[in-house]
Amino acid sequence: MQFPGLGGSYQGSSFSELLTVDYAHLKVDWSRLAGSHTGLSAPHGTTVLAFKYGEGVIVAGDRLATEGLRVASRDVQKVYATDEHSMMAIAGAAGPAIEMARVMRIELEHYEKIEGESLEIDGKANKLSQMIRANLPAAMQGLVVVPLFAGYDVRRRIGRMWKFDVTGGRYEETEFEATGSGGLYARESLKKTYNSGASKQEALAAAVQALTDAADEDRGTGGIDTLRGIFPTVIFCTVAGIEQASESEIRTAYEQLVERRSADRASGGAS
Amino acid sequence: MSMPFYVSPEQVMQDKAEYARKGIGRGKSSITLAYDGGILMMAENPSTLSKIGEIYDRIAFAGVGKFNEFDQLRKIGVRYADVKGYSYSRDDVRAKALANAYSQAMGDVFTRELKPLEVEVIVAEVADPELDHPNDEIYRILFDGSISDHEGYCAIGGSADELGSFLKGEFRPGIPLGEALRLGRRALQRATDGQPEVPPENLEVCVLDRTRIGRKFRRLTTEELIEHLRA
Repeated sequence: MQFPGLGGSYQGSSFSELLTVDYAHLKVDWSRLAGSHTGLSAPHGTTVLAFKYGEGVIVAGDRLATEGLRVASRDVQKVYATDEHSMMAIAGAAGPAIEMARVMRIELEHYEKIEGESLEIDGKANKLSQMIRANLPAAMQGLVVVPLFAGYDVRRRIGRMWKFDVTGGRYEETEFEATGSGGLYARESLKKTYNSGASKQEALAAAVQALTDAADEDRGTGGIDTLRGIFPTVIFCTVAGIEQASESEIRTAYEQLVERRSADRASGGAS
Repeated sequence: MSMPFYVSPEQVMQDKAEYARKGIGRGKSSITLAYDGGILMMAENPSTLSKIGEIYDRIAFAGVGKFNEFDQLRKIGVRYADVKGYSYSRDDVRAKALANAYSQAMGDVFTRELKPLEVEVIVAEVADPELDHPNDEIYRILFDGSISDHEGYCAIGGSADELGSFLKGEFRPGIPLGEALRLGRRALQRATDGQPEVPPENLEVCVLDRTRIGRKFRRLTTEELIEHLRA
C-alpha cells in the first residue's frame, strides 16, 4: 500500500537503505566529493581504543582533530553510543566518520522501531561493515573510515568488540584493540596493563594511560588538556547499558597516573 | 458504447464511510490518556502484534482497525520522523506535522481509492518544557483524513464514542500513572466487545514518560502492569 505524498517506495527496515532508495539527495556521496578535489585535506581522527574488562567492554578516544600539521579542533567527539548496548569509536577522515556514526545510531534505532525488537550485536556489527564497504570508493580517494565497534552481548552476557578494514572486513577481537595514527602506541600500552577481570576503575586507569602514551608518541593524538578542561571520551558498556565516565573520574585517573610517573622519575626511572 | 451508471458523489462517500466504519467496528478500541508524568496509551490486545508503537523521541502512535493498514501507517511514520530528524534536528520532529501528513495521505486514499482505509490512528507527543513545548498533544485521524486534537484523553475504535463519554466523566488532569491505568482499564472494559474483566496480559500498555532522557517511549511489561493495577 502506497500513500502519495507520504513516504517513498522503500519497505524495509534499514535507515541507510531508505536514504539510498528514497532520499538520495540527502545522502552524501563522499567519493564524488573527494573526486572533484584531488589532494583534498580533510581533518583526520586519531587514537581510539577498546578493551574488555570484568563487567563488559570499555571504549575510549582522544579529542584532537588535525589537518596536516595544524589543529583542526581540540574537542571533537570520536566515541559515540549507538544504542543502549553498543558504541562506536571512529578513526579516519572526520567528516565521513562522524556522518557514519550518526547514520549508524539512527540505523539501530530505526530497525528497533520498525521491527519492534533490537538487532543482535552480530547484526549491528555486520550492518556497520556494510556501511564501511559502501564507503570504499571514497576510501580509495583518501577519505578512509575505520571504526571500532563494541558492545554488550545481552544474550551471551559478555562484552564484545570488532575492528574493521576499509573494505568492510570485520574482525572480532577478544581482548583489546586500538586504531588511528596513535593506535600502535595505545596497543603497546594496553598490552602491559590488560586484565580481563579488571574493575571499572582499573579499566578507566588503563584507558587513560594508553591514551596518554599514544599522545606522548603521536603528534596527531591529543593528550589530556587540564588547562582547557578537555578530557577524552570514555564509555563503559555492561549488562546495565551504556555509561559515560565523568570528567572528574577521568581527571582523578589522570592525576593518579601523573603522580605515579613522577614518583618513578624521582626514583630514577623514565616516564 | 456503454454508459457507466450515474452514482451521486454523496452516495459513494456514504458507502465508503459505512464500509470503513464497519471494518473499524470489528476490532477493539484503544485509548490515550495524559497522566502526571507523561502520556499513557492502552489497547485491549491479546495478540503479540502491536497496536501501539514508538515514532520518535517524544512521539508515539496507536492504531485500530485493519492491522496491515495501520501498521503500514506506523512504519511510514517512523520513516518520516527519522528522515526529518536526520535532515534537520531531533527537536524539529513534531507530532502535529506528522498528524497533518497522515491526514493528507488518508484523505487522499479515501477520495481516490475504491476501498477506503479501515483504520483510525492517534499521534501523541509528550510535553517538554525544556524545548518550550508546554502541552501534551494528542491528535486523532479518521479513515477519511479528518483530524482533531484532544486535550487530556482520546479514544479510537468501534466504541470510541462510548469510551469518550465515559472518560469525559471520569478523567481528571494530572492523575498519577497507577490511577490512569486503572481508569484506562475500566474504560476499555466498557467497550461493547470488551470482556467484563480484561486480564492484564490482554492489555497492551505503553507510555511516553517525560522523566526519561532522549527516547521517552516505553512498553510496560505485564508484571509492571499488574503491580500498578494492584496498588
